Amino acid sequence: MLLKLEPRGETSRAMVYLTPLLAIFLTLIMGAVLFALLGHDPLEAMHAFFIVPVSSAYGLGELGVKATPLVLCAIGLAIGFRANVWNIGAEGQLTLGAIFGGGLALWFYDSDSVLLLPAMALAGALGGLAWAAIPAFLKLRFNANEILTSLMLTYVATLLLSLLVHGPYRDPDGFNFPESRLFEDSALLPVMIEGTRLHLGAAVAVFVVLAAWLILSRSFIGFQIKVIGLTPAAAGYAGFRHSNLVWLTLLTGGALAGLAGLFEVAGPIGQITPVISPGYGFTAIIVAFVGRLHPIGILGAGLLIALSYLGGETVQIQMGLPQAVTGVFQGLLLFFLLACDVLIRYRIRWTLGTPKETRRTAA
Amino acid sequence: MIETLAAILVTVVTAATPLVFAATGELVTEKAGVLNLGVEGMMLVGAVSGFAAAIATGNPAIAILVAMIAGAVMAFLFGVLTLSLMANQVATGLALTMFGVGLSALIGQDYVGTPIKALAKLDIPVLSDLPLIGPVVFGQDFLVYLSLVMVAGVAWFLKSTRAGLILRATGESHDAAHALGYSVIGIRYLAVMFGGAMSGLAGAYLSLAYTPMWAENMSAGRGWIALALVVFATWKPGRVLVGAYLFGGVTILQLHAQGAGFAVPSQALSMLPYLATIVVLVVISRDSTRIRLNAPACIGKVFHPET
Repeated sequence: MLLKLEPRGETSRAMVYLTPLLAIFLTLIMGAVLFALLGHDPLEAMHAFFIVPVSSAYGLGELGVKATPLVLCAIGLAIGFRANVWNIGAEGQLTLGAIFGGGLALWFYDSDSVLLLPAMALAGALGGLAWAAIPAFLKLRFNANEILTSLMLTYVATLLLSLLVHGPYRDPDGFNFPESRLFEDSALLPVMIEGTRLHLGAAVAVFVVLAAWLILSRSFIGFQIKVIGLTPAAAGYAGFRHSNLVWLTLLTGGALAGLAGLFEVAGPIGQITPVISPGYGFTAIIVAFVGRLHPIGILGAGLLIALSYLGGETVQIQMGLPQAVTGVFQGLLLFFLLACDVLIRYRIRWTLGTPKETRRTAA
Repeated sequence: MIETLAAILVTVVTAATPLVFAATGELVTEKAGVLNLGVEGMMLVGAVSGFAAAIATGNPAIAILVAMIAGAVMAFLFGVLTLSLMANQVATGLALTMFGVGLSALIGQDYVGTPIKALAKLDIPVLSDLPLIGPVVFGQDFLVYLSLVMVAGVAWFLKSTRAGLILRATGESHDAAHALGYSVIGIRYLAVMFGGAMSGLAGAYLSLAYTPMWAENMSAGRGWIALALVVFATWKPGRVLVGAYLFGGVTILQLHAQGAGFAVPSQALSMLPYLATIVVLVVISRDSTRIRLNAPACIGKVFHPET
């Protein structure tokens, strides 16, 4: 008996929606095994990981707080991935958003203008956009691989943030601690639900999801992105400008990641610190794939992955498990999803006998 | 003066060695037509497993072997997904890196801050005591020499052996290799796992020799720099060596500049290796014909024998 993969005539629509669920199911099983291996009661650990964090209004608010940067970054990445543009430097673009937008808040520290927050959001988006423009330019002008350049720029961005927080951004009354001043109310995102930390940024993220859905499914640009991703040659014959789409997808992704970074410093953090993200920009890659590169799917996947962050914190506090469990869970989920995706284009057959007869014929 | 120069050159070599291992391994993987972006993750898992084995056994040889096996197991996982289940190689490589970062942090939580004795350096009477040449050429740990042997070995294997020819053929045209009766998938599994073992070795070098300790994310992007080095080397093993020593030089120069107390903030200097990677990529990639001529034609493409 052998397992054999047989190509389906056409991709299975049902499997497109079923495989993420299958992947989540398999991750849960592996997670239970992992907890058992670490010497904890799997049921208790799973309860602490997935149920406890969201059994209060505050917890649900936190879910939205964590999901906001993930969804914003993932939407931007997914637009690129659809067009075969592999921007994996969202983390750096997010950092630049915080540097630009947060810097504006420090620059106009005494201002109580209502325009300050919108200006910060704009500056944040521009910061991320500028950072993403570098790999776009290097790819189109010099043919440099955007995976490597965008990633290298992430390390540069993190160091730049550290440099600023240890220097010009440092709180003058902060006893030399590498932190900026706490933002004034005029530079902070308003909280939407009393008793939680759920801020206006979450509403913006939902708006971005809907807008992206509309643009990708209904506009000519969305159509071009789809065609260029599926068959670059056809896109060429149709006269779609590849370079325009590389610019468009990278700049959009950068701007959204920058916005996410600004929302972090103007939202839950409330100042600029040396570390502003626990890797949201990287985790957003998982969110984009688990969400099937579809805006609505990304919203759901963003909430799920946000839960894994909260769960990681809960098991750390309640059971003394390391927070690295979160990363393992997230990695496993993407692994299982990619593995299950084979079912979209192939069906599994059990065959008797050996498949060897097709080989060695020409030898 | 000569002593300072010797010290600098010795550290350049040690900074370059993990890059030599990882990039040589990835080169073989890519020559077989597979792009594995999980180098960083495999390095970290190699680093932590090697470190754990060193603490458990106290035997550096076993530690290095364990690190290589750990890297190869990670690579096997990648192979199952991309070769057997035909998953997208870019996405799977990213997943492998993220999984490796998490897994290594999980395994390594109890080892943070644990000191360990660094790998012994070679000490040949007279020769190792020569000024300048002594410490640089005759006074390194044995992994440094192994890295040079590996480069030479891989260069010879790819260029002069029948197996190397078959491996390259698999990377250039998997359909042709399949038609000739070679097992494309089998060859690629071996190449991918070789790459993984080398990444594990690179990790072990970091945690056992370069900075003898374990810290979360201690590879600090070296896996990605190794990937860039393969492009820089236009898929030629000898040039990997040149590139790695160049990067080792940049890394060490910025460290020494920091130590010398230049008026430049240390973070700005730390950016140099990453910026250098970008510059080098740009310089090499701008000639797109050269990249097209040298890159394995089937790199990143999915192979299914019946389609």
